[in-house]
Amino acid sequence: MEYVSPEGLRLDGRRPMEMRQIRAEVGAVSKADGSAVFEMGNTKVIAAVYGPREVQNRSQQLNDQALVRCEYTMSNFSTGDRMRRPKGDRRSTEISLVIRQTMEACILTHLMPRSQIDIFVQVLQADGGTRSACINAATLALADAGIPMSDLVTSCSAGYLNSTPLLDLNYVEDSAGGPDVTVGILPKLDKVTLLQMDAKLPIDTFENVMQLATEGCKAIANYIREVLQENTKQLESRRGT
Amino acid sequence: MEQRLANTWRMSVNDKKFIESSLLSDLRVDGRRPFDYRKLSIKFGREDGSSEVQLGETHVMGFVTGQLVPPYRDRPNEGSLAIYTEFSPMADPSFEAGRPGENAVELGRIIDRGLRESRAIDTESLCILSGKLVWSIRVDLHILDNGGNLVDAANIAALAALLTFRRPECTLSGDDGQEVIVHSAEEREPLPLIVHHLPVAVTFAFFSNDNVVVIDPTHKEEAVMKGRLTATLNTNGDVCAIQKGGGIGVLQSVVLQCLRIASVKAADMTSKIKDAVESYNTVRAFRKVKRHSAPIAVSVDGSVAIKKQSQDGAQKIEL
Repeated sequence: MEYVSPEGLRLDGRRPMEMRQIRAEVGAVSKADGSAVFEMGNTKVIAAVYGPREVQNRSQQLNDQALVRCEYTMSNFSTGDRMRRPKGDRRSTEISLVIRQTMEACILTHLMPRSQIDIFVQVLQADGGTRSACINAATLALADAGIPMSDLVTSCSAGYLNSTPLLDLNYVEDSAGGPDVTVGILPKLDKVTLLQMDAKLPIDTFENVMQLATEGCKAIANYIREVLQENTKQLESRRGT
Repeated sequence: MEQRLANTWRMSVNDKKFIESSLLSDLRVDGRRPFDYRKLSIKFGREDGSSEVQLGETHVMGFVTGQLVPPYRDRPNEGSLAIYTEFSPMADPSFEAGRPGENAVELGRIIDRGLRESRAIDTESLCILSGKLVWSIRVDLHILDNGGNLVDAANIAALAALLTFRRPECTLSGDDGQEVIVHSAEEREPLPLIVHHLPVAVTFAFFSNDNVVVIDPTHKEEAVMKGRLTATLNTNGDVCAIQKGGGIGVLQSVVLQCLRIASVKAADMTSKIKDAVESYNTVRAFRKVKRHSAPIAVSVDGSVAIKKQSQDGAQKIEL
């Protein structure tokens, strides 16, 4: 199948190095300490953060740092065919683990010993790149909750189809069986914290694809920063200072 | 959930500090240099498709079995490959019996991605009757002793077991060619799987100091490390899978450097696996010569089991 037309356009009309439209909104869940909705094209994810709060299960309490927990779920209605997903299947267990470890690396957990931070992410619409969208949403929600972080982690994916590196794959491109590289970076330190890849790719090509995904992450980081600044401005004006 | 900190709890602060500070001067607790691998030994069981891998103190057993099943509806011409992991509570005090924990799931997914998504095993050749009957290959990985770096050891165990696995040959017969006959090992020589390339996993550990990178971390180093990267590569220089699930951030240049080191190590390990498999095959061929001269009860036993399987297969087709 042709994923990039001779004119250099992808199936959804994007250029190879073009991202889908991103939209973010802070404060979507009223009861949560921090929450956000993040959209990348048709992928839509909601995240809620509770904490830092008292540890629910005392045996899990850590005396030198905060306990971070994360739960990733996919709504039954998020994909094309409605299916009932068993809770805790292998895929979502793995993604929960990966999101938790990614967020744990940037949260300053040593500042909040003997407390617990819960991150819940739910996919509302899945159209490829849910892993990245979840990490971006979780970052926003953590920032909204006012949890101290060393940097804002952002994530983006890239692939390689028809010998062209493609940024931000959608579902059709993702299920084409080509390589899919998901990168999560700490933009200020310019370091890679999350890196996942499947399928086959020569090392040199991989370097280019990873570079492209990193550029995507940086673009998302700029946008997230803007959203947070706008949100802070609004809070400030509401307070009337 | 508590599993993740089990190692850290059992180690004293002094121990951890010692490991970290000695790593700064390129010294590791077991005397290796940062980019040295532990000793790898691969053993095979009596039966085809079983392997036992020992990487330092880590001990993993791989077992491959095949079954005739109807294929998935969206892939009528392809057999399937599934990886199952078993973290026995015997291997490590932090492993709990029952449902696979997060680590077990991650391990299974990394190996699964490396083997399946890179199409290392030819699944189309596992098809017998399109849309009706295919071979489903199941790889069971049992962790027997956890000495650190389970991913690499389990991956080698899976590869070694897959390379020595043999499935009974099947032929079609009957008027419409829809009847499947499964031949016993005595009748026709069982067929090995078609393996296109060998994706070998190589794991690196990162520590809180930026410049410290270590290959093949031991159990103790795993308790201290802040991040881990597993790169799965083959000898053609292709990257088949990468997993760095969060943890401390590393520079992009470090990741690429790791990949280059990994590709050298992968080539090294591929030759070791191939040598082990080759010597197994010679022993196996030798055993077969003996089998003809003195038929023993074991072979009869084996053929009975296979015949039963063929009946099952035939029943499915009638449905």
